[in-house]
Parts: sequence; C-alpha cells; structure tokens
Amino acid sequence: MPAPASETRQNRFDRVIAADQRIEPDDWMPEDYRKNLIRQIAQHAHSEIIGMQPEGNWLTRAPSLRRKSILLAKVQDEAGHGLYLYGAAETLGITRHELLDLLHTGRQKYANIFNYPTPTWADMGAIGWLVDGAAITNQIPLCRCSFGPYARAMVRICKEESFHQRQGFEIMVTLCNGTVEQKAMAQEALNRWWWPTLMMFGPPDTESAHSQKSMQWKIKRFTNDELRQKFVDATVPQADLIGLTVPDPELAWNDERGHYDFGEPDWDELRRVVAGDGPCNAERMATRKGAHDDGAWVREAAVAHAEKVAARTAEIAA
Amino acid sequence: MSDNWNLWEVFVRPRRGLDHVHAGSVHAPDAEIALQHARDLFTRRGEGVSLWVVRSADIVASDPGDAGELFDPADGKDYRYPTHYELPDEVANM
Amino acid sequence: MGATVLSNDELLRHADRAMVLAQRLTEWIAHAPDLEEDMALANLGLDLLGQARSLYTLAGAREGAGRTEDDFAYLREAREFRNPALVEQPNGDFAATIVRQFLHDAYAIEWWTARVDGPDPDVGALAAKVVKETTYHLRYSRGWLVRLGDGTDESHRRTSAAVDALWPFVGDLFAPSDAALRPGFDDRVAAGFADATVSVPAGAEAFTPATEPSPLLVELLAEMQSLHRAHPGVSW
Repeated sequence: MPAPASETRQNRFDRVIAADQRIEPDDWMPEDYRKNLIRQIAQHAHSEIIGMQPEGNWLTRAPSLRRKSILLAKVQDEAGHGLYLYGAAETLGITRHELLDLLHTGRQKYANIFNYPTPTWADMGAIGWLVDGAAITNQIPLCRCSFGPYARAMVRICKEESFHQRQGFEIMVTLCNGTVEQKAMAQEALNRWWWPTLMMFGPPDTESAHSQKSMQWKIKRFTNDELRQKFVDATVPQADLIGLTVPDPELAWNDERGHYDFGEPDWDELRRVVAGDGPCNAERMATRKGAHDDGAWVREAAVAHAEKVAARTAEIAA
Repeated sequence: MSDNWNLWEVFVRPRRGLDHVHAGSVHAPDAEIALQHARDLFTRRGEGVSLWVVRSADIVASDPGDAGELFDPADGKDYRYPTHYELPDEVANM
Repeated sequence: MGATVLSNDELLRHADRAMVLAQRLTEWIAHAPDLEEDMALANLGLDLLGQARSLYTLAGAREGAGRTEDDFAYLREAREFRNPALVEQPNGDFAATIVRQFLHDAYAIEWWTARVDGPDPDVGALAAKVVKETTYHLRYSRGWLVRLGDGTDESHRRTSAAVDALWPFVGDLFAPSDAALRPGFDDRVAAGFADATVSVPAGAEAFTPATEPSPLLVELLAEMQSLHRAHPGVSW
C-alpha cells in the first residue's frame, strides 16, 4: 500500500479503510467517524453494565451452588466487557466519567433488551441462549471492525462470551428434560424473550439511521436484517431440538431461499421501550445511578488516600 | 473532591518466556489498585503470570503524522533479509 | 478415617461461613462503588463459593448418606447452619463490607494456614489453594480498609462506625478449638487498624451466639433457598 507523497489526511483515511486495515486512535479520522464510534462503543459498553442487572437479580436465588457460581462468573464478565469497551471508547478522546454521565443523564442509550424483567429462573436460560446468542451474532463481525481498539475488545469479548450462550442453553436443556412445570417455565421464557431478542438487531434496513455510513466505514459488516436472519436460522433448530416452540406463527423454512421466513417484530413496541416506556427502564437507571452516586465517597476516599501517600513520600524524600 | 481515577495501561505476560503484551486499560487511584484491577479484569482465565501497569499519561507515543519519516526509510533495504541472498544449490541450510 | 480429622460439624462451620459470606457478596453485584469493584467482589465471592462447595462435598462423602453440596446449602434449616454471625451481617455501606471482609479474612488466613500441615489430609489438600485465595482477599480487604480509614473525613467516619458495629462479632469467629489462632489474628488486625487510623473498640466482644437462629440468617436463607425448595428433587 504505497502512499502518494501529497496525500491528504482524508485520502489516507479512505485508503486505510479501503485496504481493510485498521484505524488506530492516534490516526487522523473524520469527525463523523469518531462520533459514530463513540456513540456505538458507548452504547455497547452501557449495555454490558446495565445488562448485569436482569441476571444479577437471580444471583441470590440461583437454584444450585454450581449455577450460582456460573451466573456470578457470567455477570462478572459483563462488568469486564463493559470495562473493555469503555477502555476502547476512551482511546477516542472521551473519558469513562463523561460516558457514564451521558448514560446517567439519558443522553446515551443502552440495548433495549435489558428493559425487560426476569420473573423466573428460566429467564437466565433464555437470556444466555437468546440474548447472548444474538449479541455474539452481532459481535463476531465487529471483531473485524475498522477501528483497532474496538475490534480488539470484541475479540476478547467474543472469546469469553461463548460460555455465556452455552450455559444459557444448558439451563434450557435441563429445564426441558425436567418436570412439566420446569418445561413450561422454559417455554414461557422463550415466549417472553423471542421478539425482544429479534429487535436487538435494530430496525429493518429500510429504516436504520446509522447503518449505511457504518457499512461504508467498515464498522458494520452486515446489515441489521442479515444478522437477524443469521440468528433465526441458527436458533430455530436449537429450539426444535429441545422441544420448545418459537412463538411465531409465520415461522417456516423456505427451501427456495435456504432460510427461515419469520414474522415482523412489533416495531412500535421497540420505539416505546427505547423512548423509556419499557417495563424496567426506570428501575435499571435508578440502580445504575444509585450505585454510582453511593460509590462517590469511596472513589473520593481512594483519591484522597493516594494524595496523602504521595505527599508523605515527597516529605520523606525532601 | 475528585472521584475521578487515573487511567492506567495494562501489560500482561501470558507465560514465562514471553514478553508482556498490551492488554487494555483500567482506572485506579494508585498503582496497587491498578494492579488489582488489572488482575481482576485481564487474568480471570489464567491469561497471565505477570502484570505491568503504567499511567497512560506517561506513555510517549510517536506521531502518526511522522510515520512516513520514521518508518518508510526501512523499505527497500532487502539486503537486511536472508532471502536477498542467492546460495549454491548444494548448500541446503544456512 | 482417623480420629484426628475434622468433625463434620467443623467442616460445615467453615463451609457455611464461606457460603453465607459469598451470598452477601453477590448482593453487591451491579451496586458496587465502581465497575472494577463489581469485578473484585465477584472474584472474592467465586473463591468463597468454591471453598464452600469443596467442604460440603467432603462433609457429604464422610457422612456417607448421599448428601450433596446442594443438600447442605439448600435443604438445611437456619438452625442447622454453623457459620459465625459476622458473615451474616448486612452489607451496609462499602466500609461495612470491607471491615466485615477484613475481619473475616484475618481469621480465615489463620485457620486455613493451620490446616496446610494439619492432621486432616483432605482439608490440608484443599488448604494449599485456599491459602493463596485468602492471601489475596486479605490484600484486597486490608488495602481498602487502609484507604477508607485514612482517606477523607467521611470515609474515616464510616470506617470507624463499621468497626464499632462489627467488632462485637469477632469473638464468635473463633470456635473453642481455634484458641491458638487468636494471637495471629490480633496482630494482623492491630496492624491493619493502625494503618487505617482506626482503633479497636475497648472490650466490646459482647456478642453471644443465640440458641435461636438469627433473623438475618433466616432471611438470607429464605431468599437463597426459595427456588430450590419450590421444586423438590428436580435438576437445575
């Protein structure tokens, strides 16, 4: 990739993108690219940390010590993934402090799926199997995204998340092989999570506000609809295998397309929940802000102590 | 009073015999907590046997705008590589 | 099995201690003062859960009645639990959690270290790993104790209040057979408190274990066991 001597910054950026190479934080980048990335990575990070709550809700009640350990490790990973992503966003010249402030004041969003409640243990299965399954479908192409720190964070996250989906599916398998009551619990959880999960891929391609630019910049590699199809194709046979019914009367294998046909999610519901009218929006934000505000004195104390130690060290040296 | 913690870069040695490799960053008020946070964040699955943390502000980086003058002069010096040299067929390994 | 191995009562005392404390720590997740502390507290919890599971499993094997780790954790009544009262105490603020953890860890490191070359080979085999885990826990809890005690006026006040509230439970940490561990514990605690600029409350180990299970433990177990007990005999 020889560089012409008189190349402009924009040309160089375009050439790197076209050659499928990575943009790194110190490189010049168009302001729109930076803003778009900050928005996307931050939303992704916020989703990870808000996503701790629906499952965190079951940590104290997990029905076996093995399940408790697994769930604790998984929810811990979500905090970790949030941290990897905040770290990637911070290379773009914004601080985690600022990003959390944008979340806490409602100026940045998190994935809508985490505004749904988790009334039964089977929701732990459904979240792992479906929500993490959908997340992985979304994230695998992001491992090749054009922004280096984001791509590297995604590699790490995808590697760690493969256990998340498996443990969820294992919960579903166990419930389906259990009592009539347990199987009903699993089916109800699938019914609750199926449509919100399909909505995780975002609005249809015809209406997606950010898709086209992101594809051009190679931040996104597949469209929302392509990813949604991929997820449905992978997941339906898994549901069949364990004897659960996907709650979509229009679902049918289409031999000609080589894909499943499926019904349209209720996009009005998505808009309502995104706008803040979901079952748990207020609770999720209150918990997050509560943790942050209640922790302020701890973070301050640690800074104050570090300053005291530094001052004492300086005194001894003087 | 600030509750804003410094940013630290984390380097992990995956196994004895390998170099420390940059893994990412953590926030921490001091070096000891930076190490603890790095341990919790980057070695949960046995990814490391040693950690370095360094304040991000202390990293000195080359300017990407200088990449041409810094790195392009290395191009075209094929004689630095063994493949540049022709050997008689009789010499199998050198 | 020789006469020198720990009794099942003792095994359960320590399994319950680890399990109840882990249960309290999980309550922090998604509520910690910063995301890194969510990670750290989860790591402590995971280690403690692992310890509890090993000890329950050992107790079950020695009992020989087919009881599993979950039978011990989920199907005993509060009055059958043997844990010291300290670990049931509510999380409170982060200072209370750290002081509880520090006192616990200062005891646990003494207890597990004494097991490494102790007369019970099964527990000894476990102890080699647990001593490492607990050494790290103590580094974490002691580190935060010092930062909070010697931080701001507010953090100092909160830490002192936590010490006053939790100190009464210290005596109960020690079973009669643990008497030899007390001097080592006292040294660790005195040094930690000195660095944290907090003082040991004078003569206040007043807590006497009640014959009835504490309401705190009853409530903790009711929540923990609710789902398991709602579906008797099934797999999860």
